[in-house]
Amino acid sequence: MNRELKSVGKGVRKKDAMQLLLGKPAYVDDVTPSDCLVVKVLRSPHAHALIREIKTDVAEKVPGIAEIFTYKDVPQKRFTMAGQTYPEPSPYDRLILDQRVRFVGDAVAIVAGEDERAVDKALRLIKVQYDVLPAVLDFHEALDNEILVHPEENWKALCDVGADNKRNLCAQGMESDGDVDAVIEDCDITFTRTFHTKACHQAMMETFRTYTEIDPYGRLHVVSSTQIVFHARRILAHALDIPKSKIHVEKPRIGGGFGAKQTLIAEIYPAFVTWTTGRPAKMIYSRKECQTSGSPRHEMEVTVRIGANRDGTIRALDVHTLSNTGAFGEHGPTTVGLSGHKSIPLYTGELEAFRFAYDVVYTNVESAGAYRGYGATQGIFAVESVVNELADMLGMDPVDIRMKNMVREGQIMPAYYNEPASACALDKCMLRCAERFGWAEKYPVRRMPDGKIRAAGVAMAMQGSGISGVDVGSAAVKLNDDGFYVLRIGAADMGTGCDTILAQMTAECMDCSVDDVTVFGADSDASPYDSGSYASSTTYVTGRAVEKACLELKEKICAVAAEMLGCAASDLVFHGREVEKADGSASVSLADIATKSMCGNNIALEATSSHSSPISPPPFMAGMAEIELDPETGAVEVLNYTAVVDCGTAINPNLARIQTEGGLVQAIGMTLTENIRYDDRGHLTENSFLQYKLPTRLETGRLNVEFASSYEQSGPFGAKSIGEIVINTPAPALAHAIHRATGHWYRELPILPETIALDLARDAENGAAE
Amino acid sequence: MLTIDKYLRPATLEEAYEAAQKKNSVILGGMLWLRLGNRRIGTAIDLTGLVPDGIEDTGDTYRIGAYATLRTLETHEGLNILTDHAVRDSLCSIVGVQFRNLATAGGSIFGRFGFSDVVTTFLALGASVELYKTGTVTLEEFCTMGRVNDILTHIVLPKSPVTASYLAHRNAATDFPVLNTCAALCDGILTVTVGSRPLRAVPYRFPTDSGISAENIAETVAGQTVFASNTRASEDYRRHLCRVLVRRAVTDVLEKSAAKAAREVK
Amino acid sequence: MEITLTLNGKKRTASVSPDTMLFDFLRNHGCYSVKCGCETSACGLCTVLLDGKPVLSCSVLAVRADGHTVTTLEGLQEEASEFVGFIADQGAEQCGFCNPGFVMNTIALLREHPDPTDDEIRAYLAGNLCRCSGYEGQTRGIRAYLNAKKEGLL
Repeated sequence: MNRELKSVGKGVRKKDAMQLLLGKPAYVDDVTPSDCLVVKVLRSPHAHALIREIKTDVAEKVPGIAEIFTYKDVPQKRFTMAGQTYPEPSPYDRLILDQRVRFVGDAVAIVAGEDERAVDKALRLIKVQYDVLPAVLDFHEALDNEILVHPEENWKALCDVGADNKRNLCAQGMESDGDVDAVIEDCDITFTRTFHTKACHQAMMETFRTYTEIDPYGRLHVVSSTQIVFHARRILAHALDIPKSKIHVEKPRIGGGFGAKQTLIAEIYPAFVTWTTGRPAKMIYSRKECQTSGSPRHEMEVTVRIGANRDGTIRALDVHTLSNTGAFGEHGPTTVGLSGHKSIPLYTGELEAFRFAYDVVYTNVESAGAYRGYGATQGIFAVESVVNELADMLGMDPVDIRMKNMVREGQIMPAYYNEPASACALDKCMLRCAERFGWAEKYPVRRMPDGKIRAAGVAMAMQGSGISGVDVGSAAVKLNDDGFYVLRIGAADMGTGCDTILAQMTAECMDCSVDDVTVFGADSDASPYDSGSYASSTTYVTGRAVEKACLELKEKICAVAAEMLGCAASDLVFHGREVEKADGSASVSLADIATKSMCGNNIALEATSSHSSPISPPPFMAGMAEIELDPETGAVEVLNYTAVVDCGTAINPNLARIQTEGGLVQAIGMTLTENIRYDDRGHLTENSFLQYKLPTRLETGRLNVEFASSYEQSGPFGAKSIGEIVINTPAPALAHAIHRATGHWYRELPILPETIALDLARDAENGAAE
Repeated sequence: MLTIDKYLRPATLEEAYEAAQKKNSVILGGMLWLRLGNRRIGTAIDLTGLVPDGIEDTGDTYRIGAYATLRTLETHEGLNILTDHAVRDSLCSIVGVQFRNLATAGGSIFGRFGFSDVVTTFLALGASVELYKTGTVTLEEFCTMGRVNDILTHIVLPKSPVTASYLAHRNAATDFPVLNTCAALCDGILTVTVGSRPLRAVPYRFPTDSGISAENIAETVAGQTVFASNTRASEDYRRHLCRVLVRRAVTDVLEKSAAKAAREVK
Repeated sequence: MEITLTLNGKKRTASVSPDTMLFDFLRNHGCYSVKCGCETSACGLCTVLLDGKPVLSCSVLAVRADGHTVTTLEGLQEEASEFVGFIADQGAEQCGFCNPGFVMNTIALLREHPDPTDDEIRAYLAGNLCRCSGYEGQTRGIRAYLNAKKEGLL
């Protein structure tokens, strides 16, 4: 770009910021009527059971109860609730209600009533007799277990993902480049380590919620807190077995998503109630339901075999992932891929061979879904930890070993679909991170006067920018009265600020102020098609659609101006607030063009463009953590976290920084406090915020975020993505720092004070015994 | 969901007491834990106006009204100067300011919850409770009692000079404690309490003239206390923490006490 | 039961059930700023001022507000407007769902401690969870506001 940017690259306020900060009504429950049916779901107390008998007669008599639905009342075509492009890789394994319940919290009956009190009472009065079945609770035992989670004949996989419901297999695959075994055989050093990450929750502050009504045209109008209005329309059509033309989905402001709302969790229940009864209905998930019946991260066990030379050259990586999709397959076949595709290519530098194999299994626990990082988080924890251990074995500085082996700009990444690292500043990120963090001073282990230990750890990460060849982003830009623009999108701002950054791009393209751009979305009727906001796609994919649409609109504006000025459009230059003849002899203002467009005009001053990218350029980053560890209590305090990110051009540096800080803190939670445990009957212990401990502001440490940007030619203004990558480095960096402080490598998350303290106590005893 | 059939605001403690004798009646405190259960309450008895929400300085005691909030205790200057801020230290990690503005001293003490920070501290500080019918009993005795069908009106803290230290380990900053302890030295007697075992707090007393060390006290307390496992920690870890935290709290008290003595000599 | 309270400066008389929570009462009376993020008094989203003190409205019986003064963000627009722009300048509002509770408790903080340190800010607001921002942007915003005030820019 030779022109100086006016809007892109500026930390402008988010367009909705002041309204949100002042508490104005904006979310589903604020903007939809309260005078509607309250919908709740009776949930299974068993991990695996068949409903022998379900009696609703007494419950139906509760005053105020409108309808109670059981598995006998719902369509029998299976579908998936995963918000993915059709045909979805996730198997069609769900019914709205099923006679077989597959996890504690699975839906047994839908109750709709006039108020919450009546519905709660009815829920207590439904009598269910279950034939309790043995359950598969340990994902190590799922594959080829005689207990089948999905024995049904009408289960189907639309895509060839290696799924087989008769083996509890949701997906299976293997890919490789080079002869891993031969290279490892030839290496000076090789070892294998296994890592375990749990089904952490997105825990967005606004729980799942949906309002439904029949609109004046007899269509189902759905107002939902969703990242995916178009996928929601299709999924609801499949679930209800009605035409897609009968459904209209829109999202108001969303109280956080992080991927949770890339799966239809709440929508199908009120939608079914409204479609069946004709009455407006609303379902608001409780926090407990979010925890027990939501769409958390896939629990994974990642095994990494590494082959390296004594000089620190990493020559081979062999990664196997066992992923637990839980009772249903939403995002099962796809999340697992990232555990290899976003970890192995980090070491493209010297890598001679890799292998990545995986199994995704069904079990009788809560169904997993999409959570920021989407499998990359799990894989990067494993691979980065192994590299840190390798550096430790070799006595190398872990920054040096990375500088020696990391992927460099221009390299082809065989483990990343052979895509090129077309824009890659990972080396700059690492060096700058070390400088800003003070790696040289902080890496050495320091014992403080009070006995506590300070130590540091490092990790790096990558992600993608949209799903290559699949994601479609679209934008429609329209010129209005006085010359202001309306940008319509189908991407969903879930708080991240995509409305604003897309408006910044529009303003840049149309040479106007961000305030001159109004953003509308997302609405399945009114927005141009967009896959939705997930897979770190919006800036990169939809952003390009904005650029294309603006280009087209400029031509149309010039065409109208040409009529007004009586010249050829090719003689005109677009200057933002006016269109001028190239020779400077005459001009017409944008406001006048806008006025003209509404009077005797035949050219619509509106342009819609779609964009899809054949590649998914990875953002890169480096992260370093400093901790203070109390060797007696095992308590770990995060003192500092420094992250340097290459997201390409940061369209809005403020929002990119907050994205980074938010992701780091979520990951600090995943690493240190957010646990997931099931008892032997499949009940989740961490079913509330009393048990599932999100980090508070006392536990974040000081966060230092910087950008070391590359320029991605295929992205809008050189941008890549930021949303997901930021959650990937804290787990390995903190585990590394904890190893430095304790001598122990922790390979299961979260790393709890108890584990550390008892290990160190044992060490002390053994040391004393020796 | 919590359901309440009847809300009662009695005119006298006697009326409140009578209402409380009915099954399904509950005396309201801050309502923070009450709300969690799927409970059906017949009569919810609100003591507002019947028990104080302030702290009275009687000269030789602080007489804390049962409806004084944890935040009132936390920010009470006299109480904190008296206790070397052990009161504040034991309260400031409980969820958040908004929570502590609701939770009451009476509710915390009356519940004698195993996870309580308040009980651990007040037990070490030698507090008593005033019960409407039963009269005054020491908190220590109250902690050994079973279900009490009475109304707690006040918590009384003696104002005798004390050197105190409160410590806890939490897995997360504002979570329930995994283990907590308070050491308080008063009149040559060192009282050490251990709570969140996760059972109710228990006190131990050591005469300071015996010259035993913080290590020995910690070892003794850890050896004599019964611990158990729950979702937050194992019995083993709690015993381990008990040694560490008691040693640290006692050391802190002995150091502070020595410093105070040194100041007095000057 | 009939209760009378002062809500955002106006006397309101209403009929409530013995188990109606103040949170539900407030939303039913148009105070949509008040949000619920958990059922266990753990998130701080429902923070309102009861007689000027920040409390969790999800945990207070509406009847207990009888005769008292309740203030929600709807009633403190001006006081909030003084500093929330500084949060917006950081981009730290993010999804916004936790904002009303956070803003209400920040108002309480600033009334009680007009010149807090960063650590005092963190301690006072510890009961306000936020899943988007990582908190530091909120602290920076409050700090920027306090600095601007000190420099007489407000």
